[in-house]
Amino acid sequence: MTDTIAAVPAESAAATMSGAPRKRRRTNRTSVFWLALPLVLLAVAVIVLPMTGWLHDPNKQNLDNTLAPPAFLDGGSWSHPLGTGRLGQDILAQLVAGGRLTLFIGFVGALVAIGPGTLIGVTAGYCRGWVDVVISRVIDAQLALPFILIALAVIANRGSSLPVLFLVLALTGWAPCARVTRSVAMSLRERQFVMGLRAAGASELRIVARHVLPNLVGTVVALGSLQVGTAILVESALSFLGMGILPPDISWGAMLSSGQDVLSNAWWVAAFPGLAITAVVLMVNLLGDALLTHNDPRKRRR
Amino acid sequence: MTRRILTRVGAVLVTLWIAVSMAFALGRLSGDPTSTILGPMASNEQRDALRAELGLDRPLLTQYFDYLQGVVTGDLGSSLQFYQPNLQMIMDRVPFTLQLVGAGMLIAVLVGVPLGVLAATREGSWWDRAASALALLGQSIPVFWLGMMLVLLFAVKWGLLPAGQSGSVQHLILPAFTMALYPMAHIARLTRATMSEVLREPYIDAARARGLSTAAVVWRHGFKNASLPVLTVVVLQAGTLLSGAVAVEYVYAWPGLGQLALQAIQFRDFPLVQAIVVFGAIVFVLLNQLVDLIHVAIDPRVR
Repeated sequence: MTDTIAAVPAESAAATMSGAPRKRRRTNRTSVFWLALPLVLLAVAVIVLPMTGWLHDPNKQNLDNTLAPPAFLDGGSWSHPLGTGRLGQDILAQLVAGGRLTLFIGFVGALVAIGPGTLIGVTAGYCRGWVDVVISRVIDAQLALPFILIALAVIANRGSSLPVLFLVLALTGWAPCARVTRSVAMSLRERQFVMGLRAAGASELRIVARHVLPNLVGTVVALGSLQVGTAILVESALSFLGMGILPPDISWGAMLSSGQDVLSNAWWVAAFPGLAITAVVLMVNLLGDALLTHNDPRKRRR
Repeated sequence: MTRRILTRVGAVLVTLWIAVSMAFALGRLSGDPTSTILGPMASNEQRDALRAELGLDRPLLTQYFDYLQGVVTGDLGSSLQFYQPNLQMIMDRVPFTLQLVGAGMLIAVLVGVPLGVLAATREGSWWDRAASALALLGQSIPVFWLGMMLVLLFAVKWGLLPAGQSGSVQHLILPAFTMALYPMAHIARLTRATMSEVLREPYIDAARARGLSTAAVVWRHGFKNASLPVLTVVVLQAGTLLSGAVAVEYVYAWPGLGQLALQAIQFRDFPLVQAIVVFGAIVFVLLNQLVDLIHVAIDPRVR
């Protein structure tokens, strides 16, 4: 995903203001709509389904019916459509419950990275001078550290929990976002409307808050949606390694971790959550790419 | 020239210092590790004893300077569980991880670059779409899950390849392919983007007009100019690969650096974790610098 983030050109913010061809813009809007719709439906489904009472209790164990195959295989039954896990838990119910936590982590994980990242990036790009030099150096150093090293350093100290997971996501996610918003803020700063505002006597803080930040919204939303995908992948990797979400909490990554032990005789325990992660991350990445294109006049013209 | 080299070295040292300090700050500012190491039942005396053993009872600044001195002299402390110098243990594992990262990168380049070039030369074609789809998929699949599914198919179901351990080329095939997918997707995407821009340049038309074969135009004239960003990504991705290596080494029981890191986390071996983080940070800063040097060496415009 880093390439898409790195590839955001400085002009993308300008797109929100220039009168780009209407028609192309509309087709892009519909493609964004059709990409976002399944994700919204999925989010609604994982929230509503547990309330209906149609599903089993995701944590309920049934040691008489462990590792039952899914309904479409020999020996499967429709009472457990996707089979059961190592302790007889219903995989479908776990998938729904895990989806709830995974989507929540994806969404909040993106927010905690994008928020500080944007503020830091805009500060550097708009203030320039020594502030920019210092922040840019820190961004470079941060980007040089792979996420796993930061995760190891924090988790070795704090153990595994949801707040620690968000801390890791914030620490690893802010830098790419800061780099992009910095370059956009830098180009906005030289635009005539900003000079005009300055000449008219608007305070710097007001210019940034009321005029620069609103022009960044499109870019930030696109970066944010890509970051949702990254956050879900990071969560699943850490939970899989036993450093993220731990039982009895259920996330798709934690489900994968329990599927690893029984892989050779019950593939469905690991296969379904993995498919779910891949599908959601793929959708989110497509959505992020569509949003970036939507914001980028250069790509839109093609 | 001497001046430029000195500035360059100075900049590298500053970045190294920041990265190493970040590793220290991450370890210290995120709290007191003794409760995580000893568990919630430990008494205060036990905690104080451990704090003294780890040197955490000293003033923060003293710890920081001791730590810096250790890093400079190559002393990264010793492990709580193995009673061995951390650096030596890390060095014992490095060849295995290097093998994995090297093989993965080789596959990623050998598949990703031609795929990207193919897509760029036939823009909008079936090839192009297939390459884009593959690249997108490669960036969305959790690496370790791909590893599990490959084990399931190739080792458990068809019995073609070994599922774990290391030692022979056969052992390397599955983990290397698993590692390769993400950088391959990245490289294919980037190669396609840069190549399709390069191929629009007038000098490409000129080369064609001179009657050169398509292969010569694409590879000798086109790719030569597109190769620089690709090379950059290859070196930088080698860094990202370590993140993937931890999960892949876990899935395939590969005795590399990632396994060591996981063991260290599991046994709350705080000094070893920190040593691995510092070691990794230094390697990645140096890799980043290597990219810049390659740019200067290859591209006369940067000089």
